[in-house]
Amino acid sequence: MIVLLILIPVVAGVLSFFVKNGKAARSLALAGSLLTFLVALLLVITSKGTVTLEKEWLPQIGSNFSLSMDGMAKMLCLLNAVALPLILSSTIREKYSDKGNFFGLLLLTQAGMMGVFLAADVLLFYFFWELALIPIYFLCSQYGGDRKIQATFKFFIYTFLGSLFLLIGIIYLYLKTPDHSFALSSFYHLQLTGTEQNIGFWLFFVAFAIKMPVFPLHTWQPDAYEQAPSAGTMILSAVMVKMGIYATIRYVLPIFPAATLSFNHIIIIFSVIGLLYASFIAIRQDDLKRLIAYSSIAHIGLMCAAVFSLQQVGLQGVLVQMFNHGVNVLGLWIVATAIEQQTGTRKLSEMGGLAMKAPVLAILFMVMTLANVSLPLTNSFIGEFLMFNGLFRYNVWAGAVACISIILVAIYSLWAMQKMFYGEVSSFTQNAVEAPKNTQYALIVITIVIIILGVYPAPLLDLTRDTVQAVLHVK
Amino acid sequence: MNLAYLVPLFPLVGFLINGLFRKQLSKQAVTLVGCGALLASFIVSLVLFCDVKTGGAATRAYFDFINVADFKIPFAFQVDQLTALFLLIITGVGFLIHVYSSAYMHEETSDHFARYFAYLNLFVFSMLLLVMGANFLIMFIGWEGVGLCSYLLIGYWFKNNQFNYAARKAFVMNRIGDLGFLVALFWILARAGTLTYSELFTPAMLAKFSQADITAITLLLFVGATGKSAQIPLYTWLPDAMAGPTPVSALIHAATMVTAGIYMIARSHLLYSLAPFTNQIIAIIGVATAVFAASIALKQNDIKKVLAYSTVSQLGYMFLGLGVGAYGGAVFHVMTHAFFKALLFLGAGSVIHAMGGQQDSRYMGGLKKYMPVTHITFLLACLAIAGVPPFSGFFSKDEILAAAYASSPVLYYFGVLGALFTAFYMFRIYAMTFLGDFRGTHDQEHHLHESPKAMTIPLSILAVLAVVAGFVGIPALFAPHAHLLENFLAPVFSDLPEHAEHLSHGTEWMLMGVTTILVIVSIVWAWKKFSSYQLDASEPSGIGKVLANKWYVDEIYDAVIAKPLLKFSGFLKNIIDKRVIDGIVNGTGRFVQYTSRQLRLVQSGQVGGYILMMVLSLVVLFVAFWNQAYILRFIHWIFK
Amino acid sequence: MPIQYYIALAVTLFSIGVVGVLIRRNAIIVFMCIELMLNAANLLLVAFSKTHPATSVAPLAGIDGQLFVFFVMVVAAAEVSVGLAIIVMLYRNTHSVDVDFLNRLKN
Repeated sequence: MIVLLILIPVVAGVLSFFVKNGKAARSLALAGSLLTFLVALLLVITSKGTVTLEKEWLPQIGSNFSLSMDGMAKMLCLLNAVALPLILSSTIREKYSDKGNFFGLLLLTQAGMMGVFLAADVLLFYFFWELALIPIYFLCSQYGGDRKIQATFKFFIYTFLGSLFLLIGIIYLYLKTPDHSFALSSFYHLQLTGTEQNIGFWLFFVAFAIKMPVFPLHTWQPDAYEQAPSAGTMILSAVMVKMGIYATIRYVLPIFPAATLSFNHIIIIFSVIGLLYASFIAIRQDDLKRLIAYSSIAHIGLMCAAVFSLQQVGLQGVLVQMFNHGVNVLGLWIVATAIEQQTGTRKLSEMGGLAMKAPVLAILFMVMTLANVSLPLTNSFIGEFLMFNGLFRYNVWAGAVACISIILVAIYSLWAMQKMFYGEVSSFTQNAVEAPKNTQYALIVITIVIIILGVYPAPLLDLTRDTVQAVLHVK
Repeated sequence: MNLAYLVPLFPLVGFLINGLFRKQLSKQAVTLVGCGALLASFIVSLVLFCDVKTGGAATRAYFDFINVADFKIPFAFQVDQLTALFLLIITGVGFLIHVYSSAYMHEETSDHFARYFAYLNLFVFSMLLLVMGANFLIMFIGWEGVGLCSYLLIGYWFKNNQFNYAARKAFVMNRIGDLGFLVALFWILARAGTLTYSELFTPAMLAKFSQADITAITLLLFVGATGKSAQIPLYTWLPDAMAGPTPVSALIHAATMVTAGIYMIARSHLLYSLAPFTNQIIAIIGVATAVFAASIALKQNDIKKVLAYSTVSQLGYMFLGLGVGAYGGAVFHVMTHAFFKALLFLGAGSVIHAMGGQQDSRYMGGLKKYMPVTHITFLLACLAIAGVPPFSGFFSKDEILAAAYASSPVLYYFGVLGALFTAFYMFRIYAMTFLGDFRGTHDQEHHLHESPKAMTIPLSILAVLAVVAGFVGIPALFAPHAHLLENFLAPVFSDLPEHAEHLSHGTEWMLMGVTTILVIVSIVWAWKKFSSYQLDASEPSGIGKVLANKWYVDEIYDAVIAKPLLKFSGFLKNIIDKRVIDGIVNGTGRFVQYTSRQLRLVQSGQVGGYILMMVLSLVVLFVAFWNQAYILRFIHWIFK
Repeated sequence: MPIQYYIALAVTLFSIGVVGVLIRRNAIIVFMCIELMLNAANLLLVAFSKTHPATSVAPLAGIDGQLFVFFVMVVAAAEVSVGLAIIVMLYRNTHSVDVDFLNRLKN
């Protein structure tokens, strides 16, 4: 069952390359992603505890095709599975030169990310990690905006550098395992000296930090988000950046406990600086996409800080927030794309008065904005509350300083809201109309998720509790 | 108590219906849903009120809102005497404002009309959550919720960017306060592991807190209160909040939102009773705000601005009461203030409605004969807010001032100064608006009319309340045990330590007399000076100019905080991010490119050059590794 | 004869070859110089193999050096045939056998 999560997107994606008819490719992709979603939903609802699967893969070097799905993996697989149908349905009208290839690449990305979330074998993890990245490079470089090559190149160099570190780290640890095995459990049981932990910690963490991204390794992100095709941006920011956090929780914390304890202060400092830094920059952004990108960097900074606070509440908050941030940022991107289609511009200073032209879109964007501001009774409040709490327990000042971001996020989010939707109609917005129905439906689904999980977050909290306890070794 | 969940549920349902079906519903249907929801809430609140009067407090948990390893926060409501009183004020005054709005907003198109009512209902819903929550987190939900709704309502006319700016300012200012609130919550959670009042406010639990903890927590909570209840230094959003429709101002200023801070501190009075330092701060900030805002109101001409600053000033009195330990007095003032301030705003709305949107009282005058009901009710409200006996404001303000005197005479003196200002500016604006000759255009004069029934009836009801509400709090001086409110709230505040110092009856008589006489003198002065006001468009000078410009606080904030913040953001964006960080990244790339360009020159294509290089390298190698041991060690090192 | 003489001769031949390759521009002369270097190496191989004659303990000692020489000669013969063919083609195309003229692969 669990392997279907990877298999369906792979098969649908590969098939899609050979479909020349754009409409057929789209239907194929939509069907494949919906099927994946159903399987994921079924797995999350019906299965109890951790689901595992183990098949021989490369026995010569001690690597198996082993998958394992605990609470965190379930949640992220669900996010991944939810995201693609929403992305596809909201970007269905976009014109791409070769739809078959486009959808194929998207599906392969999804498959890769599924594998990343499920892998219980470090080599397999690395394999999927790269599998997820390579299609997205092509998506960005072939279907992106005017400066796509430059942005993709930056993105590629950054993440490839990270992957290289990761590979070195994996091989380094692999050689240290007594039985030369890539199994996650044998990595967990490694007895490393202090220096070995430190080396391994940085080799792994740099890769994940670039992916998140953590200040000051973040500059690839605004460019990539700005230049990538909207579907690519959505999948990047909704799901892919969660890979960094996921991997940090899954690999860095358990494998290098001592190094984590000695470096967590510095990482929290950088994360909190990044949180405020990105928030400050977002205040002055005029480009809607870059604004959302910096907002995302700020939120991720908070998550990273909360991970390294090593508090149960904080980690619980991060896990919940990974899902919620994914959903919210997806909503923001969908609205941003719709607005760009309607007005032909992304500059906030050129917009205005859209609330009169597109009231439904205005309300939906308002909900997304409020979720971004993490107002209570939206889904992200619960995560931020727990994360700030964790940081506060780690250190009063870290918590208090990080909290300043709630003011900054209000400033820039409402500023964007005001510039786009309120005020007088500008020459760019006067011909705007409501977003197409399919976009609206996608947004309504997201709105419902935002409110339900905001009022009743218990399902997410219950789902991820086992992971928190396993990672922090508490009963 | 079983019905408690209905109280917030009705406005929520009203919000959903009006919000989702705003295109389909007619204005009548919208009014019916909006007002009906509030009326239903009000009736349930009455039932609850009677319940707690006989039965006492009750808590009901519905589900676990947050359930994590370290703590558990239920989604629970608690209704006790304090909550019941606030419920009545919110739903009662709120209902009247809804009814009033249905006439005031009649010119809006029907979907905007529905949007307006949806926001109003959401506002009331948030405020109800705030006062009904059984723990600080539910309070925080309402706390942020009213901030959001004020944002939505202040920016209701979203075409006007000035209004949007005011809305955003309100939200951001509130958020600054919320930051303090949030940090206080974390602090409490870290020490006590619970946010539920009934578990938290017990001596055993409070013993877990050190004195420093308590001082810090109470101060942080107070920061939250200064944001929401518009105290120095976070008060500037409230006068700007006048951008919204006038009934919204009434709702924000009287029944909801700004009283949240008072409620929160009254709710955590046990914590505050352990923090003498914080109490001092609160009393000082309170009295400072009272005088400061009143002084600004002296020179404002916009009728709504005057009322706004009077709200800030009255809130200052409430905080003064909280600071000196007169929790009952503060809550009493919340109640009377809710009546007369709602009345004032609705009266001002009625005037503005009649004047076709004109808010500047310099261009009004003589409205007495055109708008009799509005005039009478406004006058009653002015008397009440000025504190003339036996109107309601007199009793509540007197209670606070007496307590302030008992705590420190200096606080009392400043309090009286503020009261004098209040009497003066209220009657100044009253006289400029209703007395003398009409100074507006002929067109306006032609259209002057008394407002429709849907507006005058709420005015009349509120006027009655503003007059008689004081009698629920007759001081012991006049009749022992006649302070109904104090008796009613006694179970809530019973856990407070007894006040050590009691004023003698003689002193109390004297204080009361002095205040009353001064207030009346002030009223007469204002009446004399402004009853035959002539249009004077000249700019005030000297101190008058400073007051008219609100002590330049907005300008100072702009120069000290807003501008540097934007500059700093711009610096980070353009210099640090683009030049430094991206510079380093791109610099690395450029370095590689440069090096490769230089190295490329070696590949000249001249065979001779290659061979020369080869030979030279061989020679170098031979020289370097002449000693065989070196070579062997090198080879060994490669293949190790 | 002591081995040093052979070495000196071989080094001299080799150096002449190297210098010739470096300074001459005529492809045929360069070619001949390369041959000179190869044969210097051959000379050394034979000389060394003669100084380490076969013994009853190591009956094949010294043989491999001479074997190598055969290999080198075969390879050199093959190289000469290919190399001369290239030079002939070069001459047909460019009417010159100047090696400095051959920088077409640049860029």
